[in-house]
Amino acid sequence: MTTQLFSWPRYLKKTAFHYCPGCGHSIIHRLVAEVIGELDIGAKTIGVPPAGCAVLAYNYFDVDMVEAAHGRAAAVATGLKRVLPDRIIFTYQGDGDIAAIGTAETIHAANRGENITMVFVNNGVYGMTGGQMAPTTILGQNSTTTPGGRDQKRDGAPLDLSEMLGITRGAAYIERTAVNSPKNIRRTKKALTKAFKTQMTGQGFSLVEILSPCPTNWKMTPVDACKWIEGSTAPFYPLKVIKDIVTNI
Amino acid sequence: MSGNHVIGEAAIRAGCRFYAGYPITPQNELTEYMAGAMAKLKDGTFIQAESELAAINMVLGASAAGCRAMTSSSSPGISLKQEGISFLSAMDLPAVIVNCMRGGPGLGNISPSQGDYFQATRGGGHGDYRNIVLGPATAQELADLTMLAFDYADKYRTPVMILQDGMMGQMMEPAVMPDPVDPKRLPPKPWKLDGADGRPSRIIKSLYLDPAEEEQINWNLAHKYEKITDEIQRAETYRTDDAQIIIVAYGTAARIAKGAVNRVREKGVKAGLFRPISLWPFPTRILKEVNKKVKDFLVFEMSTGQMVEDVRLSLEGKGNVRFYGRPGGVVSTPIEIAEVIEGKFGRV
Amino acid sequence: MMGYILALTAMRDGKNVTYLPSYGAEVRGGTANCTVCVSDEEIASPVASSPDFAVVLNQPSMIKYQGLIKSGGLMIINSSLVEGDPERDDIEIIKIPANDMALDLGNEKTINMIMLGAFVAKTGITTPESLMNGLKEVLKVKKAGILELNRKGMEKGAEYAGRF
Ligand SMILES: Cc1ncc(C[n+]2csc(CCOP(=O)(O)OP(=O)(O)O)c2C)c(N)n1
Repeated sequence: MTTQLFSWPRYLKKTAFHYCPGCGHSIIHRLVAEVIGELDIGAKTIGVPPAGCAVLAYNYFDVDMVEAAHGRAAAVATGLKRVLPDRIIFTYQGDGDIAAIGTAETIHAANRGENITMVFVNNGVYGMTGGQMAPTTILGQNSTTTPGGRDQKRDGAPLDLSEMLGITRGAAYIERTAVNSPKNIRRTKKALTKAFKTQMTGQGFSLVEILSPCPTNWKMTPVDACKWIEGSTAPFYPLKVIKDIVTNI
Repeated sequence: MSGNHVIGEAAIRAGCRFYAGYPITPQNELTEYMAGAMAKLKDGTFIQAESELAAINMVLGASAAGCRAMTSSSSPGISLKQEGISFLSAMDLPAVIVNCMRGGPGLGNISPSQGDYFQATRGGGHGDYRNIVLGPATAQELADLTMLAFDYADKYRTPVMILQDGMMGQMMEPAVMPDPVDPKRLPPKPWKLDGADGRPSRIIKSLYLDPAEEEQINWNLAHKYEKITDEIQRAETYRTDDAQIIIVAYGTAARIAKGAVNRVREKGVKAGLFRPISLWPFPTRILKEVNKKVKDFLVFEMSTGQMVEDVRLSLEGKGNVRFYGRPGGVVSTPIEIAEVIEGKFGRV
Repeated sequence: MMGYILALTAMRDGKNVTYLPSYGAEVRGGTANCTVCVSDEEIASPVASSPDFAVVLNQPSMIKYQGLIKSGGLMIINSSLVEGDPERDDIEIIKIPANDMALDLGNEKTINMIMLGAFVAKTGITTPESLMNGLKEVLKVKKAGILELNRKGMEKGAEYAGRF
């Protein structure tokens, strides 16, 4: 007798990812697709991908997807959800998309308590455009627009968007996780599950921030990139539940 | 140096000491160049803004303070800047804006395109205004026109746009860099805000609730635009003297068209090139001059047809205007354009 | 990199040049390419309809670009990575096993100079001396060892091309 332990998630299309080797987007795509499958919500889920490395996410998720302009996903998701309150709406965004150009949309969606789920991939750089500083780039970290490393006086301090969102009244559930180890990957999946359930039970705004490796722009091997998260990024952005007023899940 | 780097270096040499931008391909080299270059200057500021909206408004602030300021982006980002450009225009504030055009609408793609001609030359944002728009076609022109853009911006107190595309921005070609300008030696700006210390306070604004007053503001702008139209029309004419057909193209398309002109000339087709350099004001006067001898025109653009309208308006019905376009980031080759010239008109 | 070295070298020789890289989604191992125009006269179009020469480093590029080359032109192929022949009988074809030669030299990074050496020897667009100067300027290295290695690569490429 054989037991199948591993299979292609129902809600991922059978296409090869375009992501670089060692990129966290691939893992996170898989996790989101698995959660959608396990919660059996694929038929009523609509996703909003960003401008960013994940811009082609609509080629991978086998659910309805609508593109948003750079940073505007929260607004697009708000529109979708208000018209279709019984559908499950999620956005999938990078740190530049959600925490720089889209900060206003994101904060106000959270503050309104929009019943949507946002997946926030924090890789500390603008991946798609070639490794410029992101709002989340940590101090001292090199990027193509912070010659000599990010300097607080010149470039500003890193922004902890999730903590900011945590103080909005509308936010129901916010957790920060990572995908740099099997343990953290499992934790991320749990957090995503809870975030979607928060929406399914109508309890309001949910967001999971995921620290994710970008070996290409960090100019590291994939293994070193995972270690860098552990040693440098996670101490800056502690992995924890930031807000949780969700009940009965 | 890539074209984007050339613009950056020329801007520094023009005395630009403030740059704010937001990453977008295919102009990132310019943003990155400014990050490095401003870091080396004592009086230079580089800011990676949180959005293009923020970047253009930072430029507005720097400009109000009297600093030569620049921002750059590519098509989708330029759309976001339009609100700020409208405000700059209304407030008579100088600024230089570089648009490294890419395929659109929407996110489109990152290939070279000329789809933003209307947006650039018709004002782009809300309200009754125009911007000076310059369309470089060589690395040398990227350098020279960038210098000139800052001068025009200050002279006419208006935003100036450099309209290039992904190919110009990425291409490398030799250019001689102009001599640097010392920002302290530039003509003074008696309108700038630097604190009402021993002088009456100043206001830079765009709100005029009284329609009569707003009308006057609009007429003031219109008179400024008339003056600009009169003073700065620029174009290159190439092998037009004995030409029987003229290709009209700007920027990258003009480079390809020039190659096509040379090709068909070898076969005895008397073709020439008219290349607008100032896209607004459109070089109507110079085109009319050419039109005295030539009646057949072929407009080639990397769009579905935008500048062709200005060509038709300029000719006022006194020419036969055909159009050939490749939108969406497709780059034609000189052979293709040569075939268009020959195909329709045969051998002249 | 290779095209850039060539363009810079030709510029230092006093020629008109344009160097147009492909950018964007094309990745290593794919069909990333660049176009270099070198001329005594002003260069009208940096976009080449039909290049005189092509240096092809891998299989996908050979398939994609073989049709472009001008009749009577030249294609230099990295035969370490390219199998088979282009479907053209009106162009000259030279095959250089650049990866293997580079490994013999002890450094894969010399592939560029092996191919460039062959290209320059065959076309005479510039001289080996100028090319070495161009390389120095681009790499910004002064280490004699690295330069020597690249010089050897260039010479090996030229020598190999000489056999055709
Ligand atoms: C208005 C506008 N400005 C800029 C861009 C270019 N752009 C595309 S993705 C991106 C940022 C990508 O960074 P991030 O959101 O951190 O996601 P990542 O690529 O790292 O996953 C930018 C600036 C755009 N598409 N639209």
